[in-house]
Amino acid sequence: MISRAFKQIRNLVAAASLSVLPAIAMAATAPDALIKSVSEEVLTIVRQDKAIQSGDMTKTLELIDAKVLPNFDFEAMTALALGRSWRTASPEQKTALTAEFRTLLVRSYANALNRFKDYQITYLPLKSQPGDTEVTVRTTVRKAGQQPDTVDYAVHQKDGDWKVFDVTVAGASLITAYRDEFAQDVKNGGIDGLISSLKSKNAANQGAPAKK
Amino acid sequence: MKLICRALAATLCILPFVAHAADDGKNIDPFEGYNRVMFGFNDGVDHYVFKPLAQGYDAGVPLPARVAFTNFIANFGDVPNAFNDLLQGKVAAALTDVGRILINSTLGIAGAIDVASEFGLAKHDEDFGQTLGVWGFGTGPYLVLPLLGPSTVRDTIGLPVDYYSDVRKYVFSEIPVRNSITGVDVVAKRASLLGADVALEQASLDKYTFVRNFYLQRRLSQVYDGNPPRPKDDGADDDGANDAAPAPGKKEKTE
Repeated sequence: MISRAFKQIRNLVAAASLSVLPAIAMAATAPDALIKSVSEEVLTIVRQDKAIQSGDMTKTLELIDAKVLPNFDFEAMTALALGRSWRTASPEQKTALTAEFRTLLVRSYANALNRFKDYQITYLPLKSQPGDTEVTVRTTVRKAGQQPDTVDYAVHQKDGDWKVFDVTVAGASLITAYRDEFAQDVKNGGIDGLISSLKSKNAANQGAPAKK
Repeated sequence: MKLICRALAATLCILPFVAHAADDGKNIDPFEGYNRVMFGFNDGVDHYVFKPLAQGYDAGVPLPARVAFTNFIANFGDVPNAFNDLLQGKVAAALTDVGRILINSTLGIAGAIDVASEFGLAKHDEDFGQTLGVWGFGTGPYLVLPLLGPSTVRDTIGLPVDYYSDVRKYVFSEIPVRNSITGVDVVAKRASLLGADVALEQASLDKYTFVRNFYLQRRLSQVYDGNPPRPKDDGADDDGANDAAPAPGKKEKTE
């Protein structure tokens, strides 16, 4: 009897704390703080992990899965890259597009990840108003012997969390760079044509994982 | 080298004729056929010449030497930076550039150490193509140059000015010395892109289109010193407010 009561109380407490947690997390993590903590955490791991440094793809993808991906809004990224065509896509097409685009981005990011260990990141002060739901977090990355480059993260609020929906490197937006490519494929083969060309690109990338 | 100059000169001669077909946003790449061929050629040269050299440089030259060389070259670059900042009316920036040259050439031991950045004098990145952009010239069509790679008509027109505002040729009067420095500079610049090239290969569906878009975006951003006007939203949002174009049907057959 008593043990059962305890169990109930325990569940209740667990449920209560779980429901409070997201609110705390939301209040605690400003978008610039989020970018900083995720970047520094990933950098620290990459700098220490010998397996990742030697190009262990499985471990690299695990790290990205756990730390990086939860902070990205891939559906918004896909929608932006597709522009107007996104609205004409069926729900199944949207799901397929998002999944394939996500794989493409994650794979190319994974291959570049172990090079980031030599970079120093400077986080520039955030310019935003309280109540903004969309902000740009600006950083500069620098490697010894090279000119620094800017890396900006476009971040918006989704379901109470800040999620990255575009990355701008040296003034060029990643999503915008995909726009012409996507438009070209949609023009030639419709949305299904784009899906299949994303699929074959992903298959090719998986078949021949690039060394550094 | 002569060959490159000649090819460039030829390109320059054609430019006035094509420049007027400029940029009202219709088609940024009317020379796509030629451009793709030249892009392929450059890629081949890179694969067999520059990339291997860059890998050798990266592996063979110790990091401190590479850092010093990059800084040494960058110091010369502050002269055209100052020149172009002045032409663009950015007097404070031009003064910063001059300050950088003075500090780095002396305290920084002939530019080998970028002391000025430590002092908070930020490095700029200007060229005459950007100056033309600031003066209101559109980019004109996209153009892939032999060996030099992505450019536009406007940026190509800017090249001779960049060539003559490069003070290295006045400082190093001995041609073999000058050419060696330029050669190492090219290899060092290529070395800084090792890795990025792999990512590009993997990330792009069509490398040509991806590079073109990246180049044009980057140049626009440079003309506005990192704060380009926001591109018009294509309307991925669902409000449908400014959806002027006739909504395409389920089948995407626009042409």
